[in-house]
Amino acid sequence: MRQSNTYILIFSAILTILLGGMLSFAAIGLRPMQEKQVALDTQKKILAAVMELKPTDDVPAIYNQRIKSIVVNIKGEEVKEVDGAPVIAEAVSIGQQFKLPPEQRLFPVFQFLNQEDTSKVEAYILSVYGNGLWDKIWGYIALKSDMETIQGAIFDHAGETPGLGARITSVEVQERFKNKKIYDDLGELVAVKMLKGETGDPSIYGDNEVDGLSGATMTAVGVNKMISNYLTYYQAYLKKVGGDLKKPGPAKQYTDV
Amino acid sequence: MSTEVAEKPEVKKKESEALLSKRRKKLVSDPLNDDNPVTVQVLGICSALAVTTVLSPTLIMAVSVVFVIIFSNLIISLIRNLVPGRVRIIVQLAVVATLVTIVDQVLKAYFYDAWKTLTVFVGLIITNCIVMGRLEAYAMGNKPYDSVLDGLGSGLGYAWIILAVAFFRELFGAGALFGFPVFEAIGLENFRNNGLMVSPVGAFMILGIIIWVQRSVTGHVER
Repeated sequence: MRQSNTYILIFSAILTILLGGMLSFAAIGLRPMQEKQVALDTQKKILAAVMELKPTDDVPAIYNQRIKSIVVNIKGEEVKEVDGAPVIAEAVSIGQQFKLPPEQRLFPVFQFLNQEDTSKVEAYILSVYGNGLWDKIWGYIALKSDMETIQGAIFDHAGETPGLGARITSVEVQERFKNKKIYDDLGELVAVKMLKGETGDPSIYGDNEVDGLSGATMTAVGVNKMISNYLTYYQAYLKKVGGDLKKPGPAKQYTDV
Repeated sequence: MSTEVAEKPEVKKKESEALLSKRRKKLVSDPLNDDNPVTVQVLGICSALAVTTVLSPTLIMAVSVVFVIIFSNLIISLIRNLVPGRVRIIVQLAVVATLVTIVDQVLKAYFYDAWKTLTVFVGLIITNCIVMGRLEAYAMGNKPYDSVLDGLGSGLGYAWIILAVAFFRELFGAGALFGFPVFEAIGLENFRNNGLMVSPVGAFMILGIIIWVQRSVTGHVER
């Protein structure tokens, strides 16, 4: 009887319903808490691009006080609502937007306000998203109020190789982007480039270059593309806020050697 | 009066086993040392290498595995007489997968940071040979309470090994324990971290040393 096909089919059906029921029960019961955690994590990431967080910090409080978020389109215009529904920067899924053509995408901007004078913006935190070697990579780039210097960068990934490409999540690699410039001496937007090879010596790199990742050149290329693409998308907005802050730097001194 | 008379025949023919009889204690204590799933049976090595870089996620992983082994042993043992023999492996797998998914969801809700690093390996508990091994070898043929004890023993046997590995890896790889900088605290400011300990190779070496020490004490020999 226990070996008959009918018994096996009935047993499997009942087992599937029971186990499936347990799973859906757990998933629905835990969802509100999970969403809260995801939101908190986003806030942590955004803040981490501009400041060091201690484990004891009250992240939501700091976030509410210091961050003012808006959403812009590729022309640099602020988008307040889409199809009648208000747009919330934190709720914009940059991964979903990535599937649209750039002209239709929404780009969240998180303005990091001065602690004393909240009318002053200390830094602009921009969302970036792109392809790594194996899967998606994303992050936040914070620009100082000169609209040129990188104050900090945070990266995360879905499936880069641990120990190689996954190193983009390490503080040591992210620190390399600090104080780099996104414009070259001639005022062209060149973004920041991670080079091939790794020397471990930060002093030999120019304002637009950072040390590479040994064994993870493809991930580094993905990071480069991601940053330069998104800076291009944000450029209209950056120009609008920064005005003509960006002046061409001193002409390069070319000497014959 | 009548109740007393009625109770007499109910005295069991065989005296019921003590809640923690010698045999049952052995169920728990054997896998801790003599029959350890990791060092003697050499199962579950994959996650023992992957999650043991630092202590705190290792602890969460250990608790998760203990939970999954105990409850899958219990559930399978309860339904062991109903499970059709031809589909028993897939039934075990379904139960284990359900429990693992629940653990994963709970971690996501309450230990989000740990979940981010652990979620891949928590998912792999499903394929952890220790869990399936105990179900097939023990829970399918034994009573629920014994199966729970067996699961507890095997789970703890796995747990203490990965915690020991993580202890040494975090101590020498990061100079800390549970994130607390031990060497700085005792005044060894310029302690150099051992990069080997951070990589999986370090876990292999520590595991090897644990197996070596354990086997020279117990005299266990592979046959």
